[in-house]
Amino acid sequence: MIYTWDFSLVFTRPDEWLRGAVVTLIYAAATIGIGLLLGLVCGMAMLSRHRMLMSPIHAYVQFFRSTPLLIQIVWFYYALPVVIGVNLPAWLAAGLGLTLYMGAFSAEIFRGGIVSIDKGQWQAARALGMLPSQMMRRIILPQAARRMLPPFVNQSILQLKNTSLLSVVAVPDLMYTGSVIVSETFRPLEVYTSLAFVYFIIIFPLQRLAKVLERREDA
Amino acid sequence: MPEEVTTAKLDAAGEPLVDIRDLRKSYGGIEAVKGVSLTVMRGDAQFIIGPSGCGKSTFLRCLNLLEEPSGGSLRIGSTTIDFEKGRPLSMREQARFRSDVGMVFQQFHLFPHMTALQNVMEGPVTVRRMPRKEAAEWAAGLLAKVGLSDKRDMMPRQLSGGQAQRVAIARALAMSPSVLLLDEVTSALDPELVGEVLGVVRQLTEEGMTMIVVTHEMAFAHEVAHSVAFMDEGRIVESGPPSAVLDHPKSSRLQAFLRRFRQK
Repeated sequence: MIYTWDFSLVFTRPDEWLRGAVVTLIYAAATIGIGLLLGLVCGMAMLSRHRMLMSPIHAYVQFFRSTPLLIQIVWFYYALPVVIGVNLPAWLAAGLGLTLYMGAFSAEIFRGGIVSIDKGQWQAARALGMLPSQMMRRIILPQAARRMLPPFVNQSILQLKNTSLLSVVAVPDLMYTGSVIVSETFRPLEVYTSLAFVYFIIIFPLQRLAKVLERREDA
Repeated sequence: MPEEVTTAKLDAAGEPLVDIRDLRKSYGGIEAVKGVSLTVMRGDAQFIIGPSGCGKSTFLRCLNLLEEPSGGSLRIGSTTIDFEKGRPLSMREQARFRSDVGMVFQQFHLFPHMTALQNVMEGPVTVRRMPRKEAAEWAAGLLAKVGLSDKRDMMPRQLSGGQAQRVAIARALAMSPSVLLLDEVTSALDPELVGEVLGVVRQLTEEGMTMIVVTHEMAFAHEVAHSVAFMDEGRIVESGPPSAVLDHPKSSRLQAFLRRFRQK
């Protein structure tokens, strides 16, 4: 099969590409940031002794970890306005799905990081007469943070890639920009190849960062 | 009130610093500590020996509430906790009680993200709100006392077991506790490192630190204990001065325990 590659059409609209990249980065940063905060709160709550009280949080984390993100985004976009009877703007509905998804995974990373700390550390802190908040702040979190950092970077990379799913609800991110350009140029192979490179350029430095952090953890 | 006067007089007349009455601890349906009563005078080293699983470690952990006793009462200094009646202690009350009872663990449990000096400073700074500069001087003095002045900036993983355990002892002493609890502090050490830790413990008994020591080091108990209690199946079977308990055991269970020990 003979196919003549022609990339000349792909980058005729640099402003479109740039806008797509900015939208992708904003969505990634916002949903990662808010998702982490949500995860911290939920992760702490999951460690609470009042398991019954916290069962809705366990249910949320389990549910969002066990369903495809694409369904969550589509659901928040189409179904949520029907359920709550309020029309959410598309950017908010789609972002909500991404945020809750990040929140569920980071809750599990927080919880896992904290329970991975040896019981003896809690006992030693308690034996000094520390209050639970002091043990958490001075002894447990500083140790857990080092272990949580690599999984958080990995999850953030996944999250950045997952923003491409936003294109299905017409959020003008990189992926959506790409498909618009495909429909205008009829050059899907060139456009998607280029798109992959753009994601790679954004994500590769983050991968390196994750590696560096992992190595520092080993030392 | 006349009662208070009586208490004060008793204290002056040499009331024990630690008074444990009928202390019990059960997990599920199983009773690990079946009613232990023990008094310890100020400045005494009370040793507890017994086979593994006899409840001696659980008993010790009850004394600073790492385990919550199921019954009995516990008095250290002027603070009495009755586990039979009355409301459970709040987190804050438990923490305050623990801050006056030092504990050293078999596995050290040093804080791995802090230097030796920071480990020792941590209690005074976080719990007692001592200014950092003052705490650093205080901690440096305690590290010197356990012979580790040159290791103050080392991380725990850079220390040998014996050194780590001595830092752990300094960390417990940093809170100036009324009582120090030692839970098999040499059991995790290589044999050649046991001596340096026992040396520190011996020095503390000479300085009049009140201690309750769970150990398998019989010769050491014989040498430094003021009193030895033998525990078996959750109860104190025999207790008294080391020469009586270790040299002239009365109960057959203690005789068998000591015999097994000599054979090792």
